[in-house]
Amino acid sequence: MTIQFNKETFRDDYSFRNSDWAIKRFPFPFHEDSYMYSVNMEQHRGGPPGSVYEKRFDVDEHYLAEMEDRAIVLAEDPLRCQSLPHMTLAGWDTLELIMTCKSEDYPDLFELHRDGKRWRWVNKPMGIDHSFTFLDETTLPCGPLEYITRQTQGDFAVLDQRDEMLWMDAGTVTTQADWSLDFDIGMNFFEWHAPVPMAHELGIFKRALKFLLNVQQGAPARRLNWTMTVNPLLDTSPENYHKWGIQKTTLTPENIGAKQHLRVELQTFFRLPRSNALLFPIRCYLIAFQDIVSVPKWGRRLHRVVRDLPDELATYKGFIANRPMMLDYLGQYDDGRPTSPGIWPDLETEPPLDMGR
Amino acid sequence: MSKFQFPESIASRPTYGSLKSRPGKAHLMIADAEGAEAILDLAAQDAGLMAKSHVIYIPSGSGAGLSERLRGLKPAQYYEGPSYAAAVPRIRRVLSDAHMGLQVYLCGTEGLMGQAMNEATAAGIPHSAIQTEHRGSIARRMQCVHCKGITENVTTDPFVCAHCGLNLFVRDHYSRRLAAFQGVCIDAEDPGNVPNPVELYK
Repeated sequence: MTIQFNKETFRDDYSFRNSDWAIKRFPFPFHEDSYMYSVNMEQHRGGPPGSVYEKRFDVDEHYLAEMEDRAIVLAEDPLRCQSLPHMTLAGWDTLELIMTCKSEDYPDLFELHRDGKRWRWVNKPMGIDHSFTFLDETTLPCGPLEYITRQTQGDFAVLDQRDEMLWMDAGTVTTQADWSLDFDIGMNFFEWHAPVPMAHELGIFKRALKFLLNVQQGAPARRLNWTMTVNPLLDTSPENYHKWGIQKTTLTPENIGAKQHLRVELQTFFRLPRSNALLFPIRCYLIAFQDIVSVPKWGRRLHRVVRDLPDELATYKGFIANRPMMLDYLGQYDDGRPTSPGIWPDLETEPPLDMGR
Repeated sequence: MSKFQFPESIASRPTYGSLKSRPGKAHLMIADAEGAEAILDLAAQDAGLMAKSHVIYIPSGSGAGLSERLRGLKPAQYYEGPSYAAAVPRIRRVLSDAHMGLQVYLCGTEGLMGQAMNEATAAGIPHSAIQTEHRGSIARRMQCVHCKGITENVTTDPFVCAHCGLNLFVRDHYSRRLAAFQGVCIDAEDPGNVPNPVELYK
């Protein structure tokens, strides 16, 4: 299918909207009616046609608007894209992987023509047709990591692997759930996760690290993570928290359905061939509460998850103060019926909402 | 009291040990304020150590008595600087001249140890050749995550960023690259509602 790209914003007037298509393919992150941390890793080997899992790097209706938002953030703060000196090769690995995958998965949108080291990259939606020499930085307008991530949705952390450890040594981070690449760059896997509550004690990070150290070329992995965001704001950075934090206080019972968004990260993990680094794309999907509850199963389940989440997690995810209002809203869409297992919307098989029960 | 037992914290927060004399031809000791006491204790472990040692000391207003006692150890080289920044060119020179096997001892405040650690590792000194021991003030070197400015000697939570003036709370999240803890706006969601500052670890 041909994607119609939205003209929309993730700031100021927040004109971001999900189409019916985007709502139905939303990566709803809860496979059951409760949530606790887990190493919920699976192979990233495609998924149902049309789902966000189908392609290696999902392109959707928000592509152009997200790239415009990234350009704004990078212009305001170039430190959102950084690469320690030893990571340049991993940047080229990243560029090659994304160009290869996108041109194979979306041949109508992207083309890659290779003649030895002479490459020609065509990005039709963004109007780019650029010839360059692979591994020669002087033939690109910026570093290879920045070049390709200015054309690809999602944040990108590039993790060096040495001493049986992963190191956050490069990245492009403009759609983050409140963490700073500039502060965390150079940290190891345990250090950059240090502020996360509970998960260390559960052994989550030890097991996750063991898994990730062993991700092989050609066998990428994926998992979902989630948080909450008021307004469809992609750049929920600590750098700008003193500006956007106040937006959390603007929720009312009248506007919560439109303003409160579930924020889901599709995290994927790719081993890179030359550098042996691990590419860690963190793709952010936003959906308004009023669109979630248009899927009866998701409305029922989200109410139960938010209601039963431990206070520590609601605090860490930044919505403890708004939880009562969220529950008042979501409670209207939970009739107490059981929900089917798994994350899919199951619109044909799940019963409609019946609050008269 | 110059030794402080930091409570257990998150994985990014540095921990410090006790300096032990190690074998080696050359030793570099960098200390500020009460860090001098750790060097005195170290010298007492090994009578031959100081004759092979270069001491770089920043008194930071601590009593003159400590300087005198350090000098009295008769280190091979002794330097006293008015501030850490003033000592940096010398530290870099000494590290660039260093031979394989140099042992590095850092002692005093966290800010001193963190910054000197960066210099040592940037010069290629392996972690295994660097020891640390905290002495003296528990003041922190803080980076404002908003304006990126560093505020030195923060002893309260919250505190005011010396650069942008925001009221920041003190996190334990620590960047070795910046040698600083992270400060984050405390009243972003309720402007003006800033709790009274409390002494750290009180």
